[in-house]
Amino acid sequence: MTEETTVADDDVSGPGTLRPPGAAPLVQVRGATKSFGGVQALRGVDLTLLPGEIHALVGENGAGKSTLIKVLTGVYAPDGGEFRYGGEPVRFARPADAQRAGISTIYQEVNLVPLLSVARNIYLGREPRTRWGTVDVGAMNRRAAQLVGDLGIDVDVTGELGRLGLGAQQMVALARAVSVESRVVIMDEPTSSLEPAEVETLFGVARNLRRSGTALVFVSHRLDELWQLCDRVTVLRDGHHVHTGPMAELDRVTLVSHMLGKDASEVGAQGVTEFAGKHRHGDAPVLDASGIAVRSRLSDVALQVRPGEVVGLGGLLGSGRSETVKAIYGDLPVESGRVSVAGRNLRAGSVRHALKAGVALLSEDRKAEGIIPDLSVRDNIALAVLPRMARGGIVVESRIDALVETFMTRLKIKAADTGQKVRELSGGNQQKVLIARWLCTEPTVFLLDEPTRGIDVGAKQEVQALIDELAGHGLAVVLISSEMEELVEGADRVVVLHAGRVEAELSGSELSHSRLLTALAGESADPADDGQPAGDDGQPTDGAGQPADGSGPSAGTGQPTAAVRTAAKEEEDGRG
Amino acid sequence: MADHRAPVREHADGAADVTAADGADGRRSWRRFDIQWIRRNGVYVALAALIMVNIVITPNFVNVATLRLQLIQVVPVLIVALGMAVVIATKGIDLSVGAVMALAAAVIPLYIGYGAALAILVALLAGALSGAVAGSLVARIGVQPIVATLGLMVAGRGLANLLGGEIKSIRDPGMRALGTGSVLGVPYVVLVAIVVTVLVWFLVARTTLGRQIVAIGGNARASVLAGLPVGRVLLTAYVVCALLAAVAGVLLTARSQASDPTRLGLLMELSAITAVVIGGTPLTGGQIRVAGTVAGALLLQLITATMIAHDIPDSVAQMAQAVIVVGAVYLQLGRRGRR
Amino acid sequence: MSGPTMERAGAAPDRDPAKGASAGSPGPGPQPGSVRLGLGMRIAELAQRQGALVLLIVLCAVASVVFPSFATGANLSSIAVQASFMAVVALGMTFVILGGGIDLSVGSVFALGGVLAAWASQYGFVPALLVPLAVCGFIGLVQGLIIAKGGLAPFIVTLAGLLFARGLLLFITDEGTTTYKVPEGSAFLQLAQGELLGVGYSVWLLVVLFAIGALVLHRTSYGTTVLAIGGQEDAAELMGLPVVRTKVITYLVNGLLAGLGGALIASYTSSGVTVLGVGMELEVISAVVLGGTLLTGGAGTILGTLVGALLLQVIKNVINQVGSLNSNWQAVVSGTILLMVVSIQSYLARSRRG
Repeated sequence: MTEETTVADDDVSGPGTLRPPGAAPLVQVRGATKSFGGVQALRGVDLTLLPGEIHALVGENGAGKSTLIKVLTGVYAPDGGEFRYGGEPVRFARPADAQRAGISTIYQEVNLVPLLSVARNIYLGREPRTRWGTVDVGAMNRRAAQLVGDLGIDVDVTGELGRLGLGAQQMVALARAVSVESRVVIMDEPTSSLEPAEVETLFGVARNLRRSGTALVFVSHRLDELWQLCDRVTVLRDGHHVHTGPMAELDRVTLVSHMLGKDASEVGAQGVTEFAGKHRHGDAPVLDASGIAVRSRLSDVALQVRPGEVVGLGGLLGSGRSETVKAIYGDLPVESGRVSVAGRNLRAGSVRHALKAGVALLSEDRKAEGIIPDLSVRDNIALAVLPRMARGGIVVESRIDALVETFMTRLKIKAADTGQKVRELSGGNQQKVLIARWLCTEPTVFLLDEPTRGIDVGAKQEVQALIDELAGHGLAVVLISSEMEELVEGADRVVVLHAGRVEAELSGSELSHSRLLTALAGESADPADDGQPAGDDGQPTDGAGQPADGSGPSAGTGQPTAAVRTAAKEEEDGRG
Repeated sequence: MADHRAPVREHADGAADVTAADGADGRRSWRRFDIQWIRRNGVYVALAALIMVNIVITPNFVNVATLRLQLIQVVPVLIVALGMAVVIATKGIDLSVGAVMALAAAVIPLYIGYGAALAILVALLAGALSGAVAGSLVARIGVQPIVATLGLMVAGRGLANLLGGEIKSIRDPGMRALGTGSVLGVPYVVLVAIVVTVLVWFLVARTTLGRQIVAIGGNARASVLAGLPVGRVLLTAYVVCALLAAVAGVLLTARSQASDPTRLGLLMELSAITAVVIGGTPLTGGQIRVAGTVAGALLLQLITATMIAHDIPDSVAQMAQAVIVVGAVYLQLGRRGRR
Repeated sequence: MSGPTMERAGAAPDRDPAKGASAGSPGPGPQPGSVRLGLGMRIAELAQRQGALVLLIVLCAVASVVFPSFATGANLSSIAVQASFMAVVALGMTFVILGGGIDLSVGSVFALGGVLAAWASQYGFVPALLVPLAVCGFIGLVQGLIIAKGGLAPFIVTLAGLLFARGLLLFITDEGTTTYKVPEGSAFLQLAQGELLGVGYSVWLLVVLFAIGALVLHRTSYGTTVLAIGGQEDAAELMGLPVVRTKVITYLVNGLLAGLGGALIASYTSSGVTVLGVGMELEVISAVVLGGTLLTGGAGTILGTLVGALLLQVIKNVINQVGSLNSNWQAVVSGTILLMVVSIQSYLARSRRG
């Protein structure tokens, strides 16, 4: 597994080698903790940044990357931990303090002001002055033009920022960071909206900064980029610090196993979920989606599900899992693609049509897209079928009561009574309420996006058992999960996405932890996968050259172990 | 967007929590409970207390004539506030209610020649039409509720003045009966208010629409995903609000037997919003409290009446109301979900 | 989490696929993927930004032809003087709206300023100017603090402010029964009645104030911060800009300018008229929005507001010239125009978001 070291071809001329050994760390974080209303986002995280290094910060959803960055830059006040900057203990109370100290941040979603000019955005808050103390617009525009020119971006700096494409806007954010001459530059998924050429430019700038002794933090879910650019890596998982080390000493599979909390040599544990096993299913697919393309998110994704079948949808953060089910559900504007349910084509972009055709989507974000917090349990359950529960626009309470009663019992929803506000329930019970809401619509296709995330262990097992039961009744289920056990044990077949494309499809004996891990890492040489993911073209560390089987250290050595689960379970308990 | 908003707030919240954690945990939850309780029931307590105080300090307070007058005077605010509560429940606001009242009043003299019933019907239609414009701007074009209804407030008032102009007295037996008549000692206008209250309560508690209104205000995104007809529901909410404002405009015109589009309903939006907020319906949407709104309107009326009874000048009363508004909104919003 | 990302995805502009091919060297760099605007959108945008100016010119041209008395020096000068009172208030409102806020209290504060100036004019010129500025500025300051620090919605705070200022006005005028007169021969009368080079002082003052306003908006970091807050408050906060301070200053200045407008009208009418300013907030907001300022904040110009204010005054003047038209037409016309402009703005904002 040494081929990753070839990344160093940038480093040869780069500062990696010029850095004096044992240079004093610029930023030192020890045991950072932060919780939001009972949810522990950081549980003692360490991070050390050296001058002249590009440090990768990786982890799945909820790992704590964003929180760590925000704590570091004064957006959140940390609950605890030691923070040193240039050797001195610091606490930044506001973003302004961190910026004044020389830490700039480029956020994933461009955090500039679209209606102001490019030059204004770059110098906002520290505009060059004339001798009368007014803003020297001429000098500002000249300097901005110089700056963006140096970065190789060809834009009119007096034009409105909002008129630029997202990629160009991201480059302006970078220009702003560069113009402050920061000692630390934090880039939170800066490449997610960039084209390959723009990514190259960004990397060039990052390397220049490294050469001048700046410490950079780089967050990206495009794994290949990490080896291209970064010197060291810190992995977080569920708010814990998991690993820190040189980038070159890690291979993709090991990195992914760190991120997912699976030791590559210990995978294959059986029976950690409530899933009973494979399901008997019909032959003709009830859901047939093909050629789904969503601009800069998905290309040519296809998915077939038969009645009674559970199809897992796997992939890392940003691979396009949620986008796929949302596109099927009509909640996302698609460029092309065809979705049919039981032979009838769905109208693209119409949620109501999809619902009528028997599709239901349990959204990943329970709070933002699921519950209506101030409505009662029963009203939340009946929400999607209200018209059916009414006569002439007047709700027939007895119908709702009957329906709600059924599901309260069937899903074992624990609430003081059906009139309780849903916000007062535990996460697990909220999830069951939402599942009940969708089951009321009597769907034939049920899209489940991370149905067991953030709920306590008991509820989790109940939800898993329920999925089995539903499939047993002939429902076609699509199950998105970040937990490999759920996919391996719960699904009959797993479609793995990588960078918006179908990377692999595993079923039968292929559906093993090790195969899944390699596929998740984007390293399966599945013959069906002829095209490379869009963002990976021509990149030196592309995994295409690796053999699919037996390449990882994981191959076939799986032994059941419960220890791996402990950390994750603690996390769930904390949230439940 | 939402993702960005959260952090900044959570930041402020987090900071507050850190300091609060220094004290006993129990005390903190106590305080929260207190505020929750005040938000829910404060209006009833304040109303009861103010009635008590008045019984003691105001001569002739416990008197059928006084109480009757109070009830008659609270009617317009109450009716408008109920409509406003419906719009606020969708996370919106309607600043045009005063103008709609004026518009309804301005229409009446134009059609009174055809009889009171037709004139009233046309007035209500005019109100509903105005609401449909506001609703379309909000639901279809995506104009912010404040802005859309502000524009209607200018145009509506101007149109009302244009149609009505100067004060016109209305001599129509039907209108006169509506304004001053009563059955079993209960004035018609009060009866109308009671009917409106019951209808709004029914809308909220018993109909599909009512539940959809609250759901959309509580979580618009989730409502879209659950297949709710969001645009149609929003539109209906603004029509209901404007229709009720028109009802209030008709009743006031009937009572004074004159149409005064220039002054009718001035600042009504503020009184209505205040009554709704005092009554425990948050400006952030997703909840509606009909009984609370009624109590809020009564409380406002009683505050005004108390001040008048004790010769506190109008000016001071106005300043007091301003302070009450800000205080109520502050209390209602608390730490979270402001702006 | 995925919701916003998705919208972003939808908003991503078309990119030329050929660009990807030329990757390799960072030399020429990527072209900025400029959002191409459709013709309809471009017209809409032009109408939103420059519509008031075009309308003003057309209206003036037509009026000069139709009404012989329109284009006379006396009429034009009276238009300018009468527009100045409201325009001063609109200047402050421009900053408030640019910063993403709204102030519904200006009408009352304006009237209060007038009454205070008339009352204080018995003590001389300086008190007549300073008293309204101090009191109205204080009201603005308090509103700003409640909005910026308390985090309450601007519309509700300033609606309450409207009531409060009106109450205060009634309080100092014995419930509206006393009308203070500016003493005859007072120097204060010159403020709005005097002329320099044939142009009223108040018009000169207006020009100076708008020049300063334009300078502040475009050439100071305060001005840029206002625009940033109105454009993207969260970004402004993350960039470490002084959000709270800027908001407070904006409402303070707005109160000051409303008070000054009131003082001007007191000087013009020689008295503190208690019933002034009712509904004025709408006229002021219309002037600002007609001038091309986005009602949602973040973009607009000072000069545009001046044009908007003049346009409203010219409409008033023309309606008066027609004679047979009720002056309420003005409210209907400006309200309708306001709604149209706002709809265009929303349409543009939506199209931009994709």
